Amino acid sequence: MTDAPKRTPLYDLHVELGGKMVDFAGWEMPVQYPMGIMGEHKQCREKAALFDVSHMGQVILRGENVGEKLETLCPQAYAGLKEGKARYGFFTNEDGGIMDDLIVSNAGDHYFVVVNAALRHQDIPHMRANLDGVEVTEIFDRALVAVQGPKAEDVVGELCPAARELKFMETTIAEIGGVECRISRLGYTGEDGYEISIPEADAIRVSKLFLAHDDCEPAGLGARDSLRLEAGLCLYGNDIDQSTSPIEASLSWAIQKRRKEEGGFPGAARIQKELAEGAAKKLVGIKPEGRAPARQGVEIQSESGDTLGAITSGSFGPTVGGPVAMGYVAADQSAAGTKVNLIIRGKAQPAEIVALPFVTQNYKR
Amino acid sequence: MATYYSEEHEWITVEGDVATLGITQHAADQLGEVVFVEQREAGEEFEKGGEIGVIESVKAASEIYAPLDGEVIEVNEALADNPGALNESPEGDAWIYKIKLSDASQLDDLMDLDGYKALIG
Repeated sequence: MTDAPKRTPLYDLHVELGGKMVDFAGWEMPVQYPMGIMGEHKQCREKAALFDVSHMGQVILRGENVGEKLETLCPQAYAGLKEGKARYGFFTNEDGGIMDDLIVSNAGDHYFVVVNAALRHQDIPHMRANLDGVEVTEIFDRALVAVQGPKAEDVVGELCPAARELKFMETTIAEIGGVECRISRLGYTGEDGYEISIPEADAIRVSKLFLAHDDCEPAGLGARDSLRLEAGLCLYGNDIDQSTSPIEASLSWAIQKRRKEEGGFPGAARIQKELAEGAAKKLVGIKPEGRAPARQGVEIQSESGDTLGAITSGSFGPTVGGPVAMGYVAADQSAAGTKVNLIIRGKAQPAEIVALPFVTQNYKR
Repeated sequence: MATYYSEEHEWITVEGDVATLGITQHAADQLGEVVFVEQREAGEEFEKGGEIGVIESVKAASEIYAPLDGEVIEVNEALADNPGALNESPEGDAWIYKIKLSDASQLDDLMDLDGYKALIG
């Protein structure tokens, strides 16, 4: 990317809070604040943390039967998505690979969609080209802020009682600090919490209201990555991409029964075949036995030295207290408890395939 | 006892022909929280510019490059169990190697404290 990185409506707040700014997907974002990645990670697991996720694409879809039309692009059951509910999903391609993952909410008179920052340029034209009779509007004048952690309900609820009433994967419109926000009870950390869409002019003021709570501190992209990895959540571009199918990625839970049976989405032939017969490879959790983190690209071998696959995400898990990773292995070697070797800088390091997540998800169902 | 600094943000103190090597506070601050250190073993010889270990933070792995030729004579074993010491006292207890210098004249290529301070601004 040759363009200067873009700034979110919270840029001045990041600088004021001492954020270490880096270029991420064309956006100037804080990777950490003075507390540090470990501290921010633990803050989110134990209390509450505030993340700027305004780089993600917020999109409004208006028209007749938007849910049904989305089903032509996604293997999710969006036609039956009730008002006030949000559902995780993905766009698939004709080969059954994943084009991007997303959250779709039924907001009553429209649908609200959040897509990955790096794929806004792909997803918006994709929807415009394929959703007949649907008006696709990308929102540029609202920030998106995540407040995550076991204390998130208190942090947000003290300013907005309606937030306490939401359950996991529910969304509503409510006032926070005198401004109308969209509040959705979901996130990307494995913890309870909210993602809140705020008009840009009020974004710093409302964020400071959250940060004024004793239990809420800012956290950057570094902690966001270690939190989602411990929670076993896929990162697009690392763990899933155009070539990986949802079945390989262990995301069959995100395809509802009716869609599995009926098909009718891009790549249904491959995905239904893999549902019936199993995929050749599978995304699994991997726990290195030693202290060395296994990073993206590290080869996974069987104990007898055969190549099984590669690590797609790997880091140090502050809550686990050691390295954690995810990667693809041959399906017949993917059972939890299987011993493998990770080839880190030329040396075989012992590791074990484990069930995901590494840290129990703590959602308010 | 003199202390020298490399452009790779290492410090070296020399007593006779034995040098102690570590990373600077500036380097530690840039790396962030250290979670793992991969060290060579005593007896290994290395050449200036060669990779002599890896320091891993939560986010990334960074190589340690030898600032001169030498041989590892002692490894700071405490870093294996407590890599975080590299953030707390990188220029003190958290030294990485003691090395036997092959060619003391290579020290002339390194910086003194004033030169290093100028490098990091």
